[in-house]
Amino acid sequence: MALEPGRPRPEPTPETKHFWEGTKNGKLLLQRCGDTGRAYFPPRPFSPYTGTRNVEVFEASGRATLHSYVIHHRPVPGFKPPYAIAVVELEEGPRMMTNIVDCAQTPEALVLDMPLEVAFTPMDDEITLALFRPAKEG
Amino acid sequence: MTIKPGEIAIVGAAESTRIGAVPEMSQIMLHADAALNAMADAGLKPSDIDGVACVGPMMPQQIAHYLGITPKWVDGTGVGGCSFMLHVRHAAAAIHAGYAKTILITHGESGKSRINATPRPPEPQSLNGQFEAPFGPMGPPTLFPIPVLRYMKATGTTHEHLAQVAVVQREWAGKNPRAAFRDPITVADVLNSKMIAYPFRLLQCCLVTDGGGALILTSADRAKDFPQKPVYILGSGESVETTMVSQMQDFTSSRAFRVAGPTAIEMAGIKHSDVDHLMIYDAFAHLPLYGLEDLGFVKRGEAKDFIWEGNTRPGGKLPLNTNGGGLSYTHTGMYGMFALQESVRQVRGIAPAQVPDVKVSLCHGVGGMFSASGTIVMSNQRP
Repeated sequence: MALEPGRPRPEPTPETKHFWEGTKNGKLLLQRCGDTGRAYFPPRPFSPYTGTRNVEVFEASGRATLHSYVIHHRPVPGFKPPYAIAVVELEEGPRMMTNIVDCAQTPEALVLDMPLEVAFTPMDDEITLALFRPAKEG
Repeated sequence: MTIKPGEIAIVGAAESTRIGAVPEMSQIMLHADAALNAMADAGLKPSDIDGVACVGPMMPQQIAHYLGITPKWVDGTGVGGCSFMLHVRHAAAAIHAGYAKTILITHGESGKSRINATPRPPEPQSLNGQFEAPFGPMGPPTLFPIPVLRYMKATGTTHEHLAQVAVVQREWAGKNPRAAFRDPITVADVLNSKMIAYPFRLLQCCLVTDGGGALILTSADRAKDFPQKPVYILGSGESVETTMVSQMQDFTSSRAFRVAGPTAIEMAGIKHSDVDHLMIYDAFAHLPLYGLEDLGFVKRGEAKDFIWEGNTRPGGKLPLNTNGGGLSYTHTGMYGMFALQESVRQVRGIAPAQVPDVKVSLCHGVGGMFSASGTIVMSNQRP
């Protein structure tokens, strides 16, 4: 899927660079707290659970469920209304905002808790967004 | 020594002379217009004020200088629409500590006319800019309601329940000549209004207006010498969670609400049944539901029925958002000041839709997208 031009472009920082490198290479990278073993997002070089700097980057499965969303009906540069702004819950626990692709943007098609899988979608040569689509059967 | 309930009082309170569309005033003048009205209410001049609070970086100096005030204490806390609840709490602490005697809190926002308005750019390097902005949110109507479908599924709340919030608040607005929208509406009207961001339609989203408001606080001991009957601060609470709605701990409950609300109630030394009048900042229709539950006025999942059954409407046992709220009265962008003004009017007994015999009012605010919260409990009686 090609993105329409006009979407706000994220600018990586030193603490988030690895995440954006990951999506560019088709990997969804999360971090894990060395004290609790719990995954977290958004990226930072320490644990939001205990403050430890002992954290590791790991590749998430890309599997998620639809946690909640709105369907926006007004025009926004880079988007064709109506479009859903969604929050997904990753299999590893953290949630992230995203869009749902390959799916009608309707309440009937977008059912809470439906299984999803990551759909890496390039914006340009540097930035690839982690969008999600309905999971394939099995 | 800990601050005691009723030790600090509001002695001046006013809104800008006009609210709604006020194209004849820039944002800073809306602050000043409300401040001058509040000083007139309290019988004070700018030279009597020794503390200033308003929202945002560099703002206390702009407002103090514009009004001709030389403060000994300032607060520029800016956590969104509930900032004023935090200002009241911080001002009370400052007066208690002896840092200032007479503190002015101001709000002005040219939300509709956008004259000298505050820009709100999502910086592309911020966490919001990297991890929310690329997915198409366009301001609060697309972000604040993101948890709603999850809340509905968890609590059995229906579209009709969420429409009823707007219907009841319009009923209150109908009694208020200053309210922007006063004509009665039905659940069907709400559910047939223009879709903005499913599940919310136009009548479930707040207004966008111009306006201002100001409060003046001093010690209860000095308050008895002022022209107005003092409104005593019994308790206060504050908290923040996250600016990223996608990262809220629980989509069905606000952690910031669960800290700020109970802190204020406990500090005030009151029970929920002591609250005669309630304000819960309603930028969108779900917020009163979250507020009623997170502050413990009802159990989880019961807010929908509590409102549906009429408990919060005129004549109900817990009058809520009696000015018409952000949905029908006014909403400049940071509505918390107007919620506080209505609580003060109700406690003073001068509200357009006055609830009989209000002794205790609880005023609960939210900062954009559940990012922050502030709660104030006030009374016309000093414990």
